[in-house]
Amino acid sequence: MRLQTRVQSGSDIQERRVTDGRISARWFPFFMLLPAILFILVIMLFPLVYSFYVSLTPYELLKPNSLQFELSRALRNYQTLFAESIFWKSVGNTIVFLFLSINLSYVIALSLSQLLARVTRGQGIMRTLLMVPMMFAPILVGFQFRWFFNANVGLVNNLLYSLGLMQERGQIAWLVVEPLGMFSIIVASIWMNLPVLTIILLAGTLSLPQETFEAADVDGANSWQQFRFITFPLLAPFSYIALTILSLDISRAFDIVRIMTDGGPAHRTELNWTYVTRLAIDNTKFGLGSAMSWVTVVLAVVFTLYFFRQLVRSRVVQ
Amino acid sequence: MKPGEVVQRRRPNQRLLNFLAWLILLLMALPAFWIVLTAFRPNSEINSWPPVWVPQEITLDAFATMFGLNPEERMRVPVESYMRNSLLAAGISTVVAVSIGTLAGYAFARFRFRFQTAAFLGIMLSRAIPGVALSLPLFILFNQMRLVNNFFGLAAVYIAMNIPFSTWLMDGFFRQIPQDLSEAAYIDGCDYWSAFWRVELPLALPGFATAAIFAFLAAWNEFQIVSVLSRSAASRTFPPGLFDFTEQFTFDWRGMAAMSAIMMIPAIIFVILVQRNLVSGMTFGATKG
Repeated sequence: MRLQTRVQSGSDIQERRVTDGRISARWFPFFMLLPAILFILVIMLFPLVYSFYVSLTPYELLKPNSLQFELSRALRNYQTLFAESIFWKSVGNTIVFLFLSINLSYVIALSLSQLLARVTRGQGIMRTLLMVPMMFAPILVGFQFRWFFNANVGLVNNLLYSLGLMQERGQIAWLVVEPLGMFSIIVASIWMNLPVLTIILLAGTLSLPQETFEAADVDGANSWQQFRFITFPLLAPFSYIALTILSLDISRAFDIVRIMTDGGPAHRTELNWTYVTRLAIDNTKFGLGSAMSWVTVVLAVVFTLYFFRQLVRSRVVQ
Repeated sequence: MKPGEVVQRRRPNQRLLNFLAWLILLLMALPAFWIVLTAFRPNSEINSWPPVWVPQEITLDAFATMFGLNPEERMRVPVESYMRNSLLAAGISTVVAVSIGTLAGYAFARFRFRFQTAAFLGIMLSRAIPGVALSLPLFILFNQMRLVNNFFGLAAVYIAMNIPFSTWLMDGFFRQIPQDLSEAAYIDGCDYWSAFWRVELPLALPGFATAAIFAFLAAWNEFQIVSVLSRSAASRTFPPGLFDFTEQFTFDWRGMAAMSAIMMIPAIIFVILVQRNLVSGMTFGATKG
């Protein structure tokens, strides 16, 4: 409804201004958008297209002449990739990682926001405490958890020992043993994701109309019913904003994984991102690495597009 | 909670709720305090077994070593150079990116034009491109243009990376300003640019500040791109600089904690500054069409 009126009054103005002789309503927005579009075209889109070209060549950094396109072998990098079992392992790991990390982050943030919305004392300080993980660069999160999960001097093992749950030094190698490596990475990424998610969901919860809950109280709905049938559905737009931001930021988790395990040992925690680095930077096979990075980009874009469409849909329903 | 307790259920549980919330939040914040504390402890305590939990000694050794003031330690980390590079790259890219994002956000918030949705989606999706995927072709291209290890090359990449989120935030902030103001300005004879520049931009300055903080932190914290594009010690920023404390199998955890503490300073300042604007900045889309 609101959208409708805005569009109308907007076009009214635009019609009035067209006759004016200065920059017309038709061109003004493009003029405003021009710098943004130029930067993105030159620095993001062009390199991306270029990397697709590189992915069709056998380019290796140490062989400069190998950057040459031949139709007959154009898809060979992709063939090599798809025939590689590590590739499938990395795709599988990435899906498991994203699924667990995003879902658990969301569920924990949702519970935490419901808890914080009911707190009566010290809300201000609590909100500051909540933002503490935001002060950490992803790479710091990685180093921090690599240290915490370190077998010999790590906080986690030290704690287990001091609590009497562990007998020897270095008994649990968190980052080495399967599936503890994956577990550690997911814990680190959830810790990093929580503040933004919780803050958005908390703001959403606090903005919900109070009358609805009073009416539900009168009708005798219990807390769970109120959450399930009122809070949760009304939070949908906030949930999708939070998840969209998260899906845009999730590749920051790459920094964490790169530091904590770097995809190892023996590819146990290999994700799409670490595999790109391994192929391209460590092995200097730029062609193959570019092919892998294109697979990663396509997956990332599909993923974000999904959340974005849900976001738009939930806004329209309102 | 059982049904039937509806009216009175809030009171008996309130203390428990408050306590639980405090406990969870303190546990969440604990790692940060632990890192900062570690920076001030002697190495013997950090690596001791059985673990020493209560600090027995507070020392500035780690910082002295890092700044090269410790005569016994030969290791020297070029912190000043990291600091300068980080501040410049983050500062310059923030100013440019948020300015560009403000223009674009205004166009999206106030006008209806052809390909609007496509343009918005395209700008947003460019943010979804993982840094890894971008760093590789950029390295190949920059290598040919001799822009590797070059400050301006890095700053340009950070500008492009920060435009999408700035655009999104500013779009939301402009939407919160009542449309009547610009309409009144048009009637008073303003053209589009001066309505934007004189009337709406001043009102959106809190939004500008919020967007700037996000952009600054994103550039300050960025690791993947700079680790590929800046290969010399002189052109590195803080994040890749952390690797100075690592060798194949040994980590100087304390040195790293000290550098982390320095790296967190702008983030701490900004989190305190931005607290209020943060929520309204990120949730506009849910409440306003």
